Amino acid sequence: MRKIVVLAAAAILAAGAGVDHASAQQKLKVGFIYLGPVGDFGWTYQHEVGRQYVVKELGSKVETTYLENVNEGPDSERSIEQLARSGHKLIFTTSFGYMDPTIKVAKKYPDVFFEHNTGYKRDKNVATYSARFYEGRYIQGQIAAKMSKTGVLGYIGSFPIPEVISGMNSTMLGAQSINPNIKVKIIWVNSWFDPGKEADAAKALLDQGADVIMQHTDSPAAMQVAEARHAHAFGQDSDMIKFGPSAQLTAIVNNWGPYYVERVQAVLDNKWTSGDVWGGLNSKMLLMAAYTNMPDEVKTLAMQTQAAIAGGTLHPFKCPVIDQDGKTVECKGGTHLDDGQILGMNFYVKGIDDKMPGK
Amino acid sequence: MARQLMGLLEAIILAVLAASTPLLLAAAGELVAERAGVLNLGVEGMMIMGAACGFAGAYVAGSTLVGALCGMLAGTALAAIFALLTLGLAVNQVATGLALTILGIGLSGLIGAGFVGEKIVPAPQLHLPFLTDLPFVGRILFGQDAFVYLSLALIAAIWWFIYRTRAGLVLRAVGDNHASAHALGYPVLTIRTVAVLFGGACAGLGGAYLPLAYTPFFIPGMTAGRGWIALALVVFASWLPGRLVAGAYLFGAVTILQLHAQGAGFGIPSQLMSSLPYLATILVLVVISRARGTLRSASPASLGLVFVPDR
Repeated sequence: MRKIVVLAAAAILAAGAGVDHASAQQKLKVGFIYLGPVGDFGWTYQHEVGRQYVVKELGSKVETTYLENVNEGPDSERSIEQLARSGHKLIFTTSFGYMDPTIKVAKKYPDVFFEHNTGYKRDKNVATYSARFYEGRYIQGQIAAKMSKTGVLGYIGSFPIPEVISGMNSTMLGAQSINPNIKVKIIWVNSWFDPGKEADAAKALLDQGADVIMQHTDSPAAMQVAEARHAHAFGQDSDMIKFGPSAQLTAIVNNWGPYYVERVQAVLDNKWTSGDVWGGLNSKMLLMAAYTNMPDEVKTLAMQTQAAIAGGTLHPFKCPVIDQDGKTVECKGGTHLDDGQILGMNFYVKGIDDKMPGK
Repeated sequence: MARQLMGLLEAIILAVLAASTPLLLAAAGELVAERAGVLNLGVEGMMIMGAACGFAGAYVAGSTLVGALCGMLAGTALAAIFALLTLGLAVNQVATGLALTILGIGLSGLIGAGFVGEKIVPAPQLHLPFLTDLPFVGRILFGQDAFVYLSLALIAAIWWFIYRTRAGLVLRAVGDNHASAHALGYPVLTIRTVAVLFGGACAGLGGAYLPLAYTPFFIPGMTAGRGWIALALVVFASWLPGRLVAGAYLFGAVTILQLHAQGAGFGIPSQLMSSLPYLATILVLVVISRARGTLRSASPASLGLVFVPDR
């Protein structure tokens, strides 16, 4: 009987992993592995939008499949292998935690091409891609500094990894370019996804005097709190205006579609090679949601900054970058920090009066 | 300055009350089930089912009350599966409870999939013309949503039932020694079934609190481990209803205070604070088993044991 329960549970879980088969033969089979449900209105949702873009652009030549709610770790290895074994020639694995499983499966299937999102391990048949989230955060920092009446920003962090730290620093540098005395309060919730805790963190930040909330966690809970408390906030991963019609200032929107089409086309043309793409506002891998709930003057400023970053005339980490302790950070990129320094960022910039966890 | 501090303190207490309520609701039900001798580890699964169905009900009917009832029903339905397996077919309780959690998480994702991204009006909060406007204590005592008052009333009712009624005495007897209770002619399995179903309803209600009042939207997995904290809470309270209230507010306070401590820039590692409820539970367990005289405990002697009545 116990077995039946487990089987029933497995059947239910399998039912959650939707498979979308388009039909026809000789089409290129492209697979996607998703971390969350396609309806999470965040990270996974944006990847799904990318997949749909592929179907729209190349629908006559490809057949796409996705597996959602795939846990990171051993579970994902099984799922990736399942796609590889069933004839998929190009597989996108869309979370950092799929890195090692992707590499492992790729070794077993040398004829299959893999694309791993946000990782750093590559192989002959494994390419990596990610977006320069920090570029959008710089614009958000400027908007936040303009909009804040208390001069205190609230920042909800997930885990102190370089991607999150560089986002905080970029936000702060943007904010300081408007108001050199701007303050930030940081709360780590130690989770990517815990709506209750994210909401509690947002409330705590507002109660402590912050009036603009930034988040690097995945649910719209903080946006909803900001809406209820008549404060401002920024959406994460995807446009969250629905949850904060009078609170959202803008949102960083991940736009994977064009990249997916480019890579699928490369396989169709037999021109696929491994590599690493880190796209930003310039390549439109990163988009900004409409600038809302702000005066025209701030909107104009935000658009100018966006254009300057996209055009390469403004770099969020332009030298000199001064760290929390007042030391100037080595300028490896000539006029700005180089990509390696941003990808491995483990210090706070000057003006963040907080201690990084674990330091 | 003093006024600011009072304002902050009020905000913290309000947040603690909200954070503790789902834990208290779910743990109250589990306490009753465990006092009857049944260990149901599926609280997380029943909670998330309560969250999904509670949101669905509230969204469709446009009413918090309907949502809460749907949540309770969903929790009860899942508990019925558990009761059928462990009490009807004498399957191991630990394994079944874990399977129930897996089932609940998967099934709730399926049920809730169509509701992700939708919004509802959060549960209304009490407003009494004069009392709610009192400084400081007004909103804390007279400005909560119905769930908060209900959770406290529930604990009072459970305490009264367990210690002041004959049926409560029988429930305890079943949990402490099912063979003797059976020999005396009490329907052990029926009593346990009712206790398990009650536990499911409470867990479902606790889960429903999250999308109905706490964060008014549904996302799969939104209980984020609160069911496990509720389980730990029952042990922490050493199966005593009074201590359960204290424990729930303590666990809630730890969660909220660690966020405030971070925001205020105190250098306390947030990971350590997040693990405090579990560390405290382990400590209580150690004290219970090492020094029985120091800490009164109502650990049911037949907890988790399979009972098959002889015919």
